[in-house]
Amino acid sequence: MNAFDYRAPRVLDEALAVLHEYGEDARVVAGGTALVTMMRQRLVRPSCLVSLRDVQGLGRIEAVNGSLRLGALVTHREAEISPLVREQFPVLAETLRRVGTVRIRHMATIGGALGHADPNQDPPVTLLALGARVEIRGARGPRGLPLGEFFRDYYETALESGELVIAVTVPSLPAGSGAAFLKFLPRTADDYATVAAAAIVTLEQDCERCREARIALGSVGVTPLRAEAAEALLSGERLSESLLQAAGEAAKGAVDPLSDHRGSAGYKRAMTAVMVGRALTQAWEAARRSA
Amino acid sequence: MIRLTVNGTAHELEIPTYRTLLDCLRYDLGLTGSKEGCGVGVCGACTVLLDGKMISSCIALAVFADGRSVTTVEGLAEDERLHQVQQAFIDAGGFQCGICTPGQVVSAKALLDAIPNPSDAEIREWMLGNLCRCTGYYKIVESIQAAAQRSRA
Repeated sequence: MNAFDYRAPRVLDEALAVLHEYGEDARVVAGGTALVTMMRQRLVRPSCLVSLRDVQGLGRIEAVNGSLRLGALVTHREAEISPLVREQFPVLAETLRRVGTVRIRHMATIGGALGHADPNQDPPVTLLALGARVEIRGARGPRGLPLGEFFRDYYETALESGELVIAVTVPSLPAGSGAAFLKFLPRTADDYATVAAAAIVTLEQDCERCREARIALGSVGVTPLRAEAAEALLSGERLSESLLQAAGEAAKGAVDPLSDHRGSAGYKRAMTAVMVGRALTQAWEAARRSA
Repeated sequence: MIRLTVNGTAHELEIPTYRTLLDCLRYDLGLTGSKEGCGVGVCGACTVLLDGKMISSCIALAVFADGRSVTTVEGLAEDERLHQVQQAFIDAGGFQCGICTPGQVVSAKALLDAIPNPSDAEIREWMLGNLCRCTGYYKIVESIQAAAQRSRA
């Protein structure tokens, strides 16, 4: 690793000031699982690390006006075992449980995972399906973005120079909703997915027809992405094998996977349809149970 | 300058910012129990506890431990008496070549701190980040079950 300055401010404004001072050469670090690994591999060589580890107030898990708010410094493990997360969003707790190993989940933070913007990560997929919003702070003040507008490209986000993710907020689901997250892992349990799929289904009052569905996918494009054409096919429909097949086929049109050691592009595209069908089935069943 | 407590002993160290916690433990403090295997947080040979939570010390910077408390495999035994997890690994044959053992033992201790009576499934899920190329894992699971049973007794 290269030599670098290390700053560990206790207040957010000080962290923003240091980021401003160093400009593009500074990197923000929290858990370090992504950044330190990339530094060890000499993929990044920052001149300064601005650690958020001692910044007060960024580590809270709280209910705010019916929404769930996770501070940027909340670790994956803290959110995974939080009673509030488990009760309000069991699908998010289950998603977090599937990330790497307990050791990594003790280190990696929610905000860090968003800022890292690796499309192979799991939590952004479920957060995208849940309609989460990112809270951002920078020298010019606070702003918020829907997660769908936050990811721009491979490891690229909408964060401007000097800006930080400070929290993510997840709105509560309407009554009659069910959710599922599935991760296709043909190799080892701690691997990134070959394809990851999250689905949310909200049923009409008859508990039969779909009012709204949201489908998000990971590991099959340069960002986590929504399968909007597949979602559109589902509204007003009843669950059937042919509907699931049509949604799976439509989802294939949204993805653009890379061939790698987790599967060829064609295989990942084919498995996208399979995983979308399975995730929708599970979400639909969960929605029926909740109604 | 960082201040950290390792296995109950306070240290003040002047180290480069790029020093990993693992290198700090091994080369600055001489605690060579924790090993470097993969160097990217996957294999578990460098597992230590930071404020009681198990982490990969190969991808943690030593500066992350400033003001915090670290437990390594050297900190488990009390005087000459092995920790019950260590004794159980010996009794149940939970290791062969031994390279992964410090990480296995520290992870197993963290597991029993979090879940005192784990099922086999819980053991396997918790320990999946500690790779072993000798045992086939069966005897590691048995060792942890034995340690859990002894702490119940």
